[in-house]
Amino acid sequence: MSLKTKRNTQKILVHVILIIFSIIMLVPFIWMMLTAFKSVGEATSVNPFVIFPSEWKTDAFTAVWKNMNFFLLYKNTLLLIFWRVVCACLTATMAGYAFGRLQFKGKNFMFSLVLFQMMIPGQLFIIPQYIMVSGMKMTNSIFALVFPGLVTAFGTFLLKQAYMSLPKDLEEAARLDGCNIFQTFLRIMAPLTKSSMIALGIFTAVFAYKDLMWPLVVNTSAAKMPLSAALATMQGQYSSNYPQLMAASLIACVPMIVLYLIFQKQFIEGIATSGGKL
Amino acid sequence: MAGKTKKVKAPVTSWERNQNIWGWLFILPTMLGLIILNIYPMFSTLYQSFFKTGDFGKGNMFVGLENYTTLIQDSEVWRSLWNTFKYAIIEVPFSIAIALVLAVFLNRKMAGRSTYRAIFFLPMVAAPAAVAMVWKWLYNSKFGLLNHVFGGNTEWISNPKIAWISIAVIGVWSILGYNIVLFISGLQEIPKDYYEAADIDGASGPAAFFKITLPLLSPTIFFVLITRVIGSLQVFDLVYMVMDENNPAMKSTQSIVYLFYQYSFKYGNKGYGSAIVLLLLLVIMIITIFQMIAQKKWVYYN
Repeated sequence: MSLKTKRNTQKILVHVILIIFSIIMLVPFIWMMLTAFKSVGEATSVNPFVIFPSEWKTDAFTAVWKNMNFFLLYKNTLLLIFWRVVCACLTATMAGYAFGRLQFKGKNFMFSLVLFQMMIPGQLFIIPQYIMVSGMKMTNSIFALVFPGLVTAFGTFLLKQAYMSLPKDLEEAARLDGCNIFQTFLRIMAPLTKSSMIALGIFTAVFAYKDLMWPLVVNTSAAKMPLSAALATMQGQYSSNYPQLMAASLIACVPMIVLYLIFQKQFIEGIATSGGKL
Repeated sequence: MAGKTKKVKAPVTSWERNQNIWGWLFILPTMLGLIILNIYPMFSTLYQSFFKTGDFGKGNMFVGLENYTTLIQDSEVWRSLWNTFKYAIIEVPFSIAIALVLAVFLNRKMAGRSTYRAIFFLPMVAAPAAVAMVWKWLYNSKFGLLNHVFGGNTEWISNPKIAWISIAVIGVWSILGYNIVLFISGLQEIPKDYYEAADIDGASGPAAFFKITLPLLSPTIFFVLITRVIGSLQVFDLVYMVMDENNPAMKSTQSIVYLFYQYSFKYGNKGYGSAIVLLLLLVIMIITIFQMIAQKKWVYYN
């Protein structure tokens, strides 16, 4: 009996702690929403301090929607994500297969280059990458946004691990059936690494969406910015109109959050397995 | 008999010969990309650091080690490096310790487990620019929610004495869910019977945590530690978004990557920017090597 009550109090205590942290995690999002629906006067009213808007106004949303051309920002962000995911998955799955399953001359040296790149902080590449893009006269384009993500050392490593974990018999069976290497890769092996591909895809998408420095450097024209850079630029212009700042943040965050809530399991597993295998 | 062996052997050798061709074909796009996008830029950054860049990238002038001698005497650089360390010293231990405790709580059958996990992970999918803006608004000294709740007129992000802590708190908040998820997957690999055996020996709760969980989770903790240290030393988004350029606390919060960005892309001095980022590389390498050596003392491998 006393043991049972002890276990129960423990359980309640754990829930209390988890709920407190959940509130801490949620408050910024809730406050973003509540502010976005207020008037400027209500948002900056101190006496009385207003928590819930007395009237849920959508003025801030209509204003930023008109000023910022969100359709274009969504489109740019979507194209950035799409091309980065396609390039990363395509190049990494091929290289991952070669490194994981094939024997060829120079393999170890080449793979050590992949590992080496993974250890170098990304900022080291930015200046020369920028000089290349501007040398090609390609700044302010979707290509410029995608450029550093055309290939991925990390993804190559992730897929190599996936291919290495597949049983050897599969390949031998395919070989005896008369498949050549390319057919074996495409028909037998690649489909079996689907979960790693999805993980890499989600990982690439989320980090492309969150990237800030590169888009700021390379696409300075408002029409070619992704959401992250546009938000950063907007902050300078509307620095004291809090409902509008929060409305813009909300518009920028909602699509990714909705996707996350729908595909929660894949998101969490994708990012955790990619991170965990680094 | 002999004919049969020959028949099987022939495709094997051609398969093996083909491996050389296919292997190289398959890695070609990736290797080409890595050489153009990463390997060449690395040497280019090093090369660049011996030059003084004129306006609009024109008139590169070879200055030898001048950027480095300036760097060594530049108090702003050392101050930014120090600020970066201060940020890391809060972000890394707190995000790891809190995540560890919460992960242990979540690693059992309980009501609402996946809801908690989903909530903690939420900041991972939010744009850092939006996260920074809402926190800046929460911290606002006149109208912010924080000062309303706690009372007072604390200048969370413009008082040089506390602004760096306020920024690090956003960092902890942002990364917590990611660490939790990594810890949960590490915890799931610990066999349940270890705990049952400990329970019989009378060790449960905190004792089991220190005797079983911590040592068996130490490889995961080590991995998270390494990646978090490297990640936190590269902090940029939060400083860039939260601190206005005329913020009085800017000097005591600007990070080394922020300084790199300013020199390279605001002041157009890519040579000096390159020298700064190479200093960061050196610092990261030294700390990582140090951690690799230190792990032998505390990481427990089966």
